[in-house]
Amino acid sequence: MGVGIEVANLNAWYGSNHTLQEINLNIPANHATALIGPSGCGKSTFVRCLNRMHETNPIARVSGTVRIGELDIYHDASPVEIRRRVGMVFQRPNPFPTMSIYDNVAAGLKLNGYSNRRSLDEIVERSLKDSALWDEVKDDLKKKSGASLSGGQQQRLCIARALAVDPEVLLMDEPASALDPVSTSKIEDLIFELKTQYTIVIVTHNMQQAARVAEKTGFFLNGRMVEFDSTHKIFTNPSDKRTEDYITGRFG
Amino acid sequence: MPDIRIAQPKPQPPEPASPEPAAPAGKARPKRASSENSEIRQFLSSRGNSAIADRGFKWLMVLCALSIFGIVILIVTELILRSQLSWHAFGLKFFFSSFVDPDTKQTTYWDPVNGHFSALPFVYGTLVSSFLALLLAVPLAVGVAIFLTEMCPRGMRGPLAFLTELLAAIPSVIYGLWAMYVLVPILREHVNPLLSQALGWTGLFANDNPTGLGFVAAGVILAVMILPIISSLTREVMSAVPNAQREAALALGATRWEMIRMGVLRNARIGIVGGIILGLGRALGETMAVTMVIGNTPEIHRSLLANGTSMSAVIANEYAEAITDLHLSALTEIGLALFILTIIVNALARVLVWAVTRGAPAQVMH
Amino acid sequence: MMTDRLATGLAILATMLVIAPLLIIFVYLVFKGARSLNLAFFTQLPKPPGEVGGGMANAIVGSAVLLGLASLIGVPIGIGGGVFLAEFGRGTRLANAIRFTADVLNGVPSIVMGVAVYALIIKPKIPWLPFTGHFSAFSGGVALGIMMIPTVCRTTEEMLLMVPNAVREAALGLGAPNWRSVLSITVRTASPGIITGCMLAFARVAGETAPLLFTALGNDFWSANLDRPIAALPLEIYKYALSPYDDWHRLAWAASLVLIVLIALAVSLVRYVTSRGVLKGAS
Repeated sequence: MGVGIEVANLNAWYGSNHTLQEINLNIPANHATALIGPSGCGKSTFVRCLNRMHETNPIARVSGTVRIGELDIYHDASPVEIRRRVGMVFQRPNPFPTMSIYDNVAAGLKLNGYSNRRSLDEIVERSLKDSALWDEVKDDLKKKSGASLSGGQQQRLCIARALAVDPEVLLMDEPASALDPVSTSKIEDLIFELKTQYTIVIVTHNMQQAARVAEKTGFFLNGRMVEFDSTHKIFTNPSDKRTEDYITGRFG
Repeated sequence: MPDIRIAQPKPQPPEPASPEPAAPAGKARPKRASSENSEIRQFLSSRGNSAIADRGFKWLMVLCALSIFGIVILIVTELILRSQLSWHAFGLKFFFSSFVDPDTKQTTYWDPVNGHFSALPFVYGTLVSSFLALLLAVPLAVGVAIFLTEMCPRGMRGPLAFLTELLAAIPSVIYGLWAMYVLVPILREHVNPLLSQALGWTGLFANDNPTGLGFVAAGVILAVMILPIISSLTREVMSAVPNAQREAALALGATRWEMIRMGVLRNARIGIVGGIILGLGRALGETMAVTMVIGNTPEIHRSLLANGTSMSAVIANEYAEAITDLHLSALTEIGLALFILTIIVNALARVLVWAVTRGAPAQVMH
Repeated sequence: MMTDRLATGLAILATMLVIAPLLIIFVYLVFKGARSLNLAFFTQLPKPPGEVGGGMANAIVGSAVLLGLASLIGVPIGIGGGVFLAEFGRGTRLANAIRFTADVLNGVPSIVMGVAVYALIIKPKIPWLPFTGHFSAFSGGVALGIMMIPTVCRTTEEMLLMVPNAVREAALGLGAPNWRSVLSITVRTASPGIITGCMLAFARVAGETAPLLFTALGNDFWSANLDRPIAALPLEIYKYALSPYDDWHRLAWAASLVLIVLIALAVSLVRYVTSRGVLKGAS
C-alpha cells in the first residue's frame, strides 16, 4: 500500500548554500528507511525535498528528479497535491493550538473540504488507534485542545493527523528527539506497525533508533549521501570508511 | 586502534515485507479494507490544484495592503487639487503675508469677506501652542517614565502604567469640554493674573485677556494629551536598554540617579528624542481641544495669554460654512500644509524610534 | 545622595501630576455627567434651546451607524493588509514601505482626513453617483473607516507574526491550499489578538469629532439614513459645549460620560482578551 521513492541527481540550495549534492537513491516501499548523519549534513533538507516543503523557503532551489511511485513530484504535480500523498511529522510536535484533539486529527481532511461528518468520526478514531493514542484520549476528543497533551502524546497526535489523510509515504524528521525515553519507545513501536502500510522515511540522530526500526539506512555527510544499504550492513560492516568513523563515534 | 563497533543492536535481519509485523507490543490492530483507503485518496486527488484560488487570495491581500498607499495618494491629490485656487492667488506668500487696511491702518490676516487670506496666524498659533505643550509635557513624561521603569515597586507598575495609557484613550472633545469649564476658569481666576504679575516684564504675559482662553490654556491641555505618547515611548526605549548597562554603572559606584542618567538615559537618548518628536506631531495636529480653548482669534500677539488660533482650529471652525471658493481653497491649503508638516515630523520620529528599538542594537552613545 | 533623593522626589511628583488630571477629569465626568443621565437621555431627541430636558437618543443611534459603517470598511481591508504584510510580503521592500506608510498615516491629523473625504465625496456634484454632493452619514463613515485601516493593519500584522512557524508548516504539510492554511489556521490562531487590534481602532474612532464636522455634519432629528447628515455623540458634545445654555452644558457632560464608558468597556475588553486569549492561542 505504500510506494517506493526514486531519487535521481537531486541537488538543493538555500540561497547560495549548496545543501544537497547529487543525491541518488531508491527508497523501498513498505519499509522503514533511516537517514543518519551529523548535524547539518542535509538529511532534514533531503526529506523536505520529498514533500516539496523545502521550497516554502523563498530562497530555496531544487534540481533533479524525485519519483514517488509513478509520479515525478516536481514536474507532474503541484506541491499541494504532493503533500496530500506524502505526510510529514516534524521534530517538535506542532498540533494546532486552538483546535481540539478531534479537530486536529480531522484537520487535513477538513482543510481540503471534506465534510462527511460520520466518515470523519470513523477516520479520526481509526487514525488515533493507528497512532496508539486512542485509549488515552477517547473520552476527551472534543473537549481537550491539542496543545494540552504531553509532549509524547502531542507527537502521536501529529502522527494521527498525518495518517488521517491516508498518505502513501510518511516522512518523519527526528520525531522523537524532543521526547522522553518512554514516549520515544512508544513511537518506535508505532513505526514498526506503520511500516507495513506506509513507506516510512525517518531522519534520526540516534543510531540505535535507526538500528531498531529501519530495514535500510542511508548515511549523509556534508550534503552527500555516502552510503545506502541494509541497516545490518551499515552498522556491522560498512563499505565506506567515513560511515565507519561516524557509527563508531569518531565524529558527529 | 581497537576495532570499535557500537553495541550490537538487537539482531534485525532485513525483512521482506511481512504481513505480520514482529511488534513487541502485541496489540491487535484492525486492518483497513482497501476500499476505504482509496475513498480518502480519491477524494483528495479530486480536490486538484488550488493554484487559482491561491493566486486570487494573494492578490486580494495585496490589494488590501495597497489601500494604504491609496489613502495617502487620495489625501495628497485632493488636498493639492482643492488648494490650487488659493495657491494661484497668493503663492508662497500665503504663509507669511499680511494685509493692512488703508483707512484704519489695522493689520489683518484672515478676511474672508474681502478675500484676504494669510496663514501666518494659524502657523504661528500651531507652533506656539505645540511648543508650549512640549515644554510642559516633556519633563513630566520623562519623569513618569523614569519612575515607572526604574523606581516604581513592581506591584504598582501595572496599574500606574495602565492609568497613564488611559489618558490616551480619552477623546479630544472631552478634553476640550473639561478644559473649557474647569481648566479655563482656574487659569482665569488664579493662574493667569499670577503669571502676568510675576512674569509680565518678559513681555510674554500681558494682562489684557480676561477670558482665560488663549495659548496657555491650549498649551496646558495639549500637554496633558501628548503626555501618554511621550511617556510610553520613553518607557519602551528605556526598557530596551539591556540590564548589563545598568549593572555596569552601578558596579562603578554610581548612585541610582547617576545610574539612570548614564546607564539608561544616555543609551535611550535617541529613542526619547523620537518619542518627543512623536508627541510634537500629535500636538501639531490636535484639533478639538485646541479650538475649544484657544480663543479662535486670527491675530498674532507676543503674549502667551492672548487669544490665538491654529491651523487645525480654523479648518474645524470655518470649513463647513466657507463663504467663497477662495475661502474653501485657502482652508484646504492650510490643511495641506498641516498634512505635510505632520508627515515630516512623524516620519522623523518613527525613524528615530525604529533605530533604537528594532534596528541597531543598543549601543553606548557618546 | 542628595541629588538622588531629589531625582526620586521629582519623578514621583511628575507621576502624581500626570495622574492628577486623569482623576480630576474622571471625577468631573462622573459627577457632572451622572447627575444628568436619566432615561430621557437615552430615549429622547434634543429639545430646542431654552427648553429643559431632552436627550441624545439620535446621537447614540447615529454614532452606532457611523461606527458600523467604519468597521465594515476598516476591519476587512485592515486585516487583509496585515495578512499581506505577515504572510506574503515578509521582508520585501514593498511590505516595509507599506508598514512605514501605515505608521505615518496613524499620525495624520484626523481633520485632514475629513478635508480629504469632503473633497472626494461631498464637493463633486455627480448626479448619477450616490452619496456625492452633500453631507451624509456615508461620508462620515468612510472618513472614520479610512482612519481604522492603518491601525488594524499593523496590529493584525504583529499578531500574525507571533504565530509560530511550526503551525504554518503543519498546515502546509497536510496538503492544505495556501489560502486555507492562512485563513483557517494562521489567522484563526491569531484571532484573539486581531480582534483586540480591531477594538482598539474602534475605540479610537469612536471618540473622533474633527473628521465628522464637515462630512456627517450632525443632525438634530432622528435619522439613520446613510444619505443624510447624521448625529453623533462627539459632535453633540462639541456643539453643546460651545453653546451658551447651561442645560446644554449638562447634556454635554452626560454625553461625555456615556462616550467614555463605552470606550472604557472596549479597552477593558481588549485587556481581558489579551491576557487570556492570545497567550493560549499562540503558544
